[in-house]
Amino acid sequence: MAQSDNTVDAAPKLNTARRLVLATVPLAVAAVIGLFLYRGLSLDPGQIPSALINKPAPDFSLSAVQGRALGLSTDDLTGEVSLVNVFASWCVACRAEHPLFTELGRQGVVTIHGLNYKDRPQDAAEWLERFGDPYTRTGADIDGRVGIEFGVYGVPETFVVDKNGVIVEKIIGPVTPHILKEKLLPLIAELKR
Amino acid sequence: MTAEIGQFALVLALCVAVVQATLPMIGAARDNAAWMALARPSAVMQFALIAISFAALTEAYLVSDFSVLNVAQNSHSAKPLLYKISGVWGNHEGSLLLWILILTLFGALVALFGTNLPPGLSARVLSVQALIGIGFLLFVLLTSNPFARLDPAPLDGNGLNPLLQDPGLAFHPPFLYLGYVGLSVTFSFAVAALIEGRVDPAWARWVRPWTLAAWAFLTAGIALGSYWAYYELGWGGWWFWDPVENASFMPWLAATALLHSAIVVEKRDALKSWTILLAILAFSLSLLGTFLVRSGVLNSVHAFATDPTRGVFILGFLVVVIGGSLALYAFRAPALKPGGLFAPISREGGLILNNLLLSTACATVLIGTLYPLFLDAVTGQKVSVGPPFFNATFIPLMVPLIAALAIGPMLAWKRGDLAGALGRLKAAAVLTAIAVGVAWWLLADGPILALLGMALVVWLGVGSVVEFAGRLKLGRTSAADSWRRAVNLPRAAYGMTIAHLGVAAMVLGITVSEAWQTEVQQIVRPGDRVTVSDYEFTFEGAESLPGPNYMSLVGTFTVTRDGEPVTVLQPETRSYPNPPMQTTEAAIRTTLGGDLYAVIGEPDGNGGYAARLYDKPLVGWIWIGSLMMMLGGFVSLTDRRHRVGAPARARMPADGVLAGAGD
Repeated sequence: MAQSDNTVDAAPKLNTARRLVLATVPLAVAAVIGLFLYRGLSLDPGQIPSALINKPAPDFSLSAVQGRALGLSTDDLTGEVSLVNVFASWCVACRAEHPLFTELGRQGVVTIHGLNYKDRPQDAAEWLERFGDPYTRTGADIDGRVGIEFGVYGVPETFVVDKNGVIVEKIIGPVTPHILKEKLLPLIAELKR
Repeated sequence: MTAEIGQFALVLALCVAVVQATLPMIGAARDNAAWMALARPSAVMQFALIAISFAALTEAYLVSDFSVLNVAQNSHSAKPLLYKISGVWGNHEGSLLLWILILTLFGALVALFGTNLPPGLSARVLSVQALIGIGFLLFVLLTSNPFARLDPAPLDGNGLNPLLQDPGLAFHPPFLYLGYVGLSVTFSFAVAALIEGRVDPAWARWVRPWTLAAWAFLTAGIALGSYWAYYELGWGGWWFWDPVENASFMPWLAATALLHSAIVVEKRDALKSWTILLAILAFSLSLLGTFLVRSGVLNSVHAFATDPTRGVFILGFLVVVIGGSLALYAFRAPALKPGGLFAPISREGGLILNNLLLSTACATVLIGTLYPLFLDAVTGQKVSVGPPFFNATFIPLMVPLIAALAIGPMLAWKRGDLAGALGRLKAAAVLTAIAVGVAWWLLADGPILALLGMALVVWLGVGSVVEFAGRLKLGRTSAADSWRRAVNLPRAAYGMTIAHLGVAAMVLGITVSEAWQTEVQQIVRPGDRVTVSDYEFTFEGAESLPGPNYMSLVGTFTVTRDGEPVTVLQPETRSYPNPPMQTTEAAIRTTLGGDLYAVIGEPDGNGGYAARLYDKPLVGWIWIGSLMMMLGGFVSLTDRRHRVGAPARARMPADGVLAGAGD
């Protein structure tokens, strides 16, 4: 098969300059990847942009969760800064973030409304009795239709709505003390001004 | 008190590491034998200190000392003993300590068994090893102290993530780390060789056993992880191309390439610069994996709790280790003397093809894994890269690799005879054609990929057997002579054949279980009968039962085939209170012929349960194949040449029945 004239050198005898350039390639590639990794540290892969940011809240009107008087509709979201917390009794992460909202509601920092997503009425009512009810108004979105309008991606989600009823921010997943302190409270303070 | 001893031992280990990293390196440069000799005792001392520290943390877990923050966050007094122990490394801080423990263990092993290494090389290798140790020790002490105290101590702990309370996952991290960290030794050897400016067959003979061991452990770790995903996540799948899985797979691909290219350095004194680069890259990819898992830059199902300061620290460490070693490479590699000559069609040529395909595959996985990050950084768009990308890019690279795998070992060094090799594979070609025909007949409208898969299995399987028979001259000489040859054949030859057959077994499992799988998803009520391929599953009902630290919903399916009872499957859904979480425990009946797999899910509120039932033929061969690959690695490791005390340098190997047939 192979003749001696097409025998190749294992490491072809390139001139020194070319070998130096070749040997630098891995370093250059690693440097580029490193820059992206550094950039990646300040990005949050869990943060998913919402199409609704800086848009008015969608049109809806829901009756309250079983045993509660005040329902929730688009009109209730104007006039003051508010949070809309999407929750469900079947959602474990909701239970994790709930104490933060009850505390926030007790302090009266901001009006909090609850959007009860795809839940059974009695389950939702029991859940609120057991873990506390920080919500000024609640809306029972039993079939999840309003959730679709809001672009709910997974429960829990929390929307920040300004005085004009415009959605300013959306938190996907449970609100942690860190998110509350670093993001939500400053934002609410700014919107209230 | 024990926690403080553990922390104190860590600080002392850091001091020892600083000595070990500097003095022997300077000693080697100045040819100062006394300073070089410091490396060995320090390496052993470092291991002893870390072992004390690790024992202290284990003790805190065993006695459930909740005044230690790490124990309070990750353990619970009601947890079974096995998970109290595995809880030590089931969290960020403890797993780092395990990393360091293995790192220093390997350092100590190099020190104890490397007595026939040239003193300069030995000193430099241990110095580099200590430099890596310094990085990790600083990381632990500055950002992730496992011994931090909690005051007042809580009455009970938070418990370990229930997904991790599983025997498979208890042993998955240690194996994986043995692999990752084993690559640190080859890395240290590569960097030491660059500093010395000399790479020769003796160097390769030192590096190969470490690569082999690391590779075999990594294979075991990945296989365990994939088997865990198969039975614990309840989706019936065994590989998800998740960023964390990819993080362990990339070093494996690089290590596989390194394993093969080191053979060329050892036998032919060629490919030196490339092998050094691979050794650096394999360990760099291990470190990158650590970064990806712990920094939170990528979304994954099993990322550790993340903390931005840790991310910055690991990235800094990555820059020093990877940037430093690649800069050294750029500076020194052009000066390495090129080695032996060979023709494109030769054993060397085959191994280069293997390396090209494996490193391209590795780059593909790297791009797929980091692409979401690139896109987010540049455009702010969020995407996830999943199986469609990897299947479309990875499989086309594996097909030629496996096809060539049957031919490569038959080619001679320097200049091979392709026509001769193909001639010996005639039987394999005929059997392959028959297998494709049978597969086609069985699977009339099946995917082309299934036919290709079956072709590769038979081609590689028969090819490997023919190659092995050729070494024994089976049928061409007397039985006694063949037996003598079998006895004299180097272990590395056995290792290679076992590992290559393992690849064939694995491809068989993947192909058949994907192409011939039957899956039924439906709501079942007690008394319902569900037909899954040839089997009939009868749902007998479900009940709630208490477990040691969870509540369990157990469903019962009796399985029959043609009216004959086959087995009873009892899948579970477990609800853990600490922390609140549900896990699925699939019920699997495993035979060599395939698995029956049942999962029970949420009740629908009307007496029915969501169930998923599968018949997965030959799926177990995926893991049998991985075990064979691992076994091949260990058998090869026992080869005479890899054993401690093997003749040192500059002796061309002349062992084996055929010259250089060992690999």
